[in-house]
Amino acid sequence: MNHLEFTLLVAAGSFAAGLLGSLTGLGGGVVLVPLLTLFFKVDIRYAIGASLVSVIATSSGAAAAYVKEGFSNIRIGMFLEIATTIGALAGAFLAAFISTRALAVIFGIMLLYSAYLSRKPRPRAQRNLPPDPLATRLRMNGEFPSEEGGMRHYNVQRVPMGFSLMFGAGALSGLLGIGSGAVKVLAMDQAMKIPFKVSTTTSNFMIGVTAAASAGVYLNRGYVDPGLAMPVMLGVLAGSMLGAHILMKAETKILRVVFSVVIAILGLQMLYKGLTGGI
Amino acid sequence: MAEIAGQHGWTDQKLENIVGNLLRTGVSLAALVVFIGGIIYLIRHGREPVNYHVFQGEPSDLKTVPGIIRSALGLHGRGIIQFGLLLLIATPVFRVALSIWGFAAEKDRMYMLFTAIVLIVLLYSLLGSGSAF
Repeated sequence: MNHLEFTLLVAAGSFAAGLLGSLTGLGGGVVLVPLLTLFFKVDIRYAIGASLVSVIATSSGAAAAYVKEGFSNIRIGMFLEIATTIGALAGAFLAAFISTRALAVIFGIMLLYSAYLSRKPRPRAQRNLPPDPLATRLRMNGEFPSEEGGMRHYNVQRVPMGFSLMFGAGALSGLLGIGSGAVKVLAMDQAMKIPFKVSTTTSNFMIGVTAAASAGVYLNRGYVDPGLAMPVMLGVLAGSMLGAHILMKAETKILRVVFSVVIAILGLQMLYKGLTGGI
Repeated sequence: MAEIAGQHGWTDQKLENIVGNLLRTGVSLAALVVFIGGIIYLIRHGREPVNYHVFQGEPSDLKTVPGIIRSALGLHGRGIIQFGLLLLIATPVFRVALSIWGFAAEKDRMYMLFTAIVLIVLLYSLLGSGSAF
């Protein structure tokens, strides 16, 4: 295969990943690395470098649209970014000392867990929780435009637990080159009891900053190859932008099921390749 | 009092618009530069065989900020792509820097500090982490 053919095929694959990721809300980043390593036989370190870059592109693109809606909480985001960026730095440094086989195994487990998480029903959100002293001191409590009209107030809970989970989310992002939006939403929505809509938009706002923290390390280490990152970034960006413009309300449910099955299969394959040394 | 509140709201609105525009401009500009670099790269090297299976790491002029700028100014396709990627990585960094200014306008010292910590981590990653290896 020559560079031109490779570029076009990778761009097409990345476009599909970006489109599906944005339509299902599961993010395209998780399937990019398996796509590049399993189908295009790219070394996993190059694949992670390219994936990180595309994560910044899609997150910043989406955050530009969200910022005006008034859902994301900038204080929660900024405070937790201390944890995610330091975690991302730690993850990126760690990636240099872990064998590519071990990286594939960790990636496989992460994919299987994401597939499970996307199928698991979300517990009902508790409302009107009492204010937590630490969250109040950190001025995290806020309000957002509710579906019933008007503004709904919320009190943030369990800040230390959320902060620790965010460190983990950052480390995972730096280690595997993913946005780890699922873990971020889990930390805010489940641990800190932040309303789902606020959690998802704030998570999106944080993903780009988190990914930038590890992308610098990957770039300095020579893991970001321009010839590979170019079609990946442009493809994912175009796909996710198209996905954000298409409204497919009825089909998203089926699409989510299909996509989570794809994620699970890729997870098993990464796990197998990592364990047998085919990566 | 109402006037002050109104002014405060106006600053917030203005800042959000600036942040939104910054993100959009940063990503669009980065994508454009990467695209131009990609075309130059493919015209010159499109017919050469691909090998990403064997990991070699990038040469030094494609992994440090000064090296990338030099390579891009030399109009090398790969250098221009890498410069576009650098713009992309810098976009969230600028956003964080802008937030410090936003918190300063609200006289929120605690969050100015938090934001400064995040900014230092980001700048270290981009500019200082190379020497760690």
